[in-house]
Amino acid sequence: MLDDFFMRALVAGVGLALTAGPLGCFVVWRRMAYFGDTMAHSALLGVALSLLMNFNLLISVFIVAATVSLLLLLLQKRGTLSTDALLGILSHATLAIGLVMVSFMTWVRIDLVGFLFGDILAVSRADVDLVWGGGILVVFAIVWMWRPLIASTVNPELAEAEGMQPEKTRLAFMLLMALVIAIAMKIVGILLITSLLIIPAATARRFSTSPEIMAVLASLIGALAVVGGLFGSLKFDTPSGPSIVVAALGLFILSLITKPRTSVVEHSAANQGGRA
Amino acid sequence: MLQTPTRNASPLVSLAGVGVRRQGRWLVRGVEFSIAPGEIVTLIGPNGSGKSTTAKAAIGVLKADEGRVERKAGLKVGYVPQKLSIDWTMPLTVERLMTLTSTLKGAEIEAALEATGIRHLARAEVQHLSGGEFQRALLARAIARKPDLLVLDEPVQGVDFSGEIALYDLIKTIRNTTGCGILLISHDLHVVMAETDTVICLNGHVCCRGTPEVVSQSAEYQRLFGARAGQTLAFYNHDHDHTHLPDGRVLHADGSITDDCRPNDGHHTPVVPSGRAGPMRIVHTHGPDCGCGHDHGAAPDDAGQEEKRDA
Repeated sequence: MLDDFFMRALVAGVGLALTAGPLGCFVVWRRMAYFGDTMAHSALLGVALSLLMNFNLLISVFIVAATVSLLLLLLQKRGTLSTDALLGILSHATLAIGLVMVSFMTWVRIDLVGFLFGDILAVSRADVDLVWGGGILVVFAIVWMWRPLIASTVNPELAEAEGMQPEKTRLAFMLLMALVIAIAMKIVGILLITSLLIIPAATARRFSTSPEIMAVLASLIGALAVVGGLFGSLKFDTPSGPSIVVAALGLFILSLITKPRTSVVEHSAANQGGRA
Repeated sequence: MLQTPTRNASPLVSLAGVGVRRQGRWLVRGVEFSIAPGEIVTLIGPNGSGKSTTAKAAIGVLKADEGRVERKAGLKVGYVPQKLSIDWTMPLTVERLMTLTSTLKGAEIEAALEATGIRHLARAEVQHLSGGEFQRALLARAIARKPDLLVLDEPVQGVDFSGEIALYDLIKTIRNTTGCGILLISHDLHVVMAETDTVICLNGHVCCRGTPEVVSQSAEYQRLFGARAGQTLAFYNHDHDHTHLPDGRVLHADGSITDDCRPNDGHHTPVVPSGRAGPMRIVHTHGPDCGCGHDHGAAPDDAGQEEKRDA
């Protein structure tokens, strides 16, 4: 079944979407959208370094993304610039350095567009294994740390007061993000990774009554966007990565139009009155 | 009215000479107190006086830069932070909030919600609760895990007067039924929970400490607030021997001015005229610019408050 390039793309894309769902929820809850973007942009620096040193691409991207997130933590502690400004600097600096380095390496021919926007139709059998292997690892880690992750997202001080270690949780979460970015790069590309994290989670919000339901729904909505986007790209001959993001956006807009079961915008009095 | 028997139990947490410094500035310094099981300690003081900092140092969320914080081994804390805003994007019902940091049985959740009177809100989203309901939900969450020490940072904020009385009554009931120690932070400088065993007034350091004056007997007070409030609330008379100047320096009763104020800096009278000993015994009358914001119309000291040392 995986002999067909389109089937491989579908299986890899769905695998990535299932992984990105719960992780994306935390990105939304923790207001880390721009942070995710910064880590993703730094992936190009990882690509350049991997080419320069002839090192494994995935590991190189993972290391660079993780380093950038640690660097941000350090800079935040110094507290001289706002997180916003720091992210802006790191995000575009790493992307630019990556691009400059790649242009210097005249001896390698690389498909820059493929890295920036993804090339899901070119995934190999090994890539599929990687997406599912890495994805299962990430999902297991998230399930295992679920309670501390939720608690420190709500309030890190409360979590710490009641015996948890929010700093460690945060660090582990950042490493998981770096891993997912390294895996996702080939599928949706550096510039579009965060959209696959955020849009399905935002879509799931209106239909969810608990963090757990939202995480599962985000996975399913992401998978639906991958399937829809891939078939769309086949039919209309459009680039696959952007098509997936457009499909995700379509689902998001659809969710805004449909009337959710539990309203989250109604006033509290009406809401509680109905339940009492 | 003091819970004398519990006094002898080993303290849940004790602070000795604790100071916390941030960016070269001492947020709070020289703090000493301890909390025993069943004891209620109330921290009061103006904004930025280090109340929350002190509480966080006590439970280990902040590391003390000097002094010693000792917590009982395996101490289980229930914490209600001063500020807790749950992002709109996170769907969280009151019921789900209960199991934020620990797994609980359904019956335990129900009991906590029942005790705080919000059982009917179990399935409501926390973002939809009113100020009072949200505080009750946070309190329910903190007590549901049966803590040894309950730390409540301004639990009556955003709650109207009758709601405040009800919350204090509830806290009293929690203490009486579970026997946990309670560290309460209040923004009100003069009216504290009547059940409080020790009031500590902070302003970068311990300005004064004592027991609240029970006002239920005062006919005037009863007329003003009603009999029920009179049993729940109490006045605290401040007892300062120094004044905090607007520039952050401290004017002592002996006329000297120093950059900070600590129990052993030599500016405090160790023995009072009446012969009672106290670490920061009061010999001065408050001025209008006193850091505690106290209304100094009445003579502050005729209530004869006991100065209490930590066990």
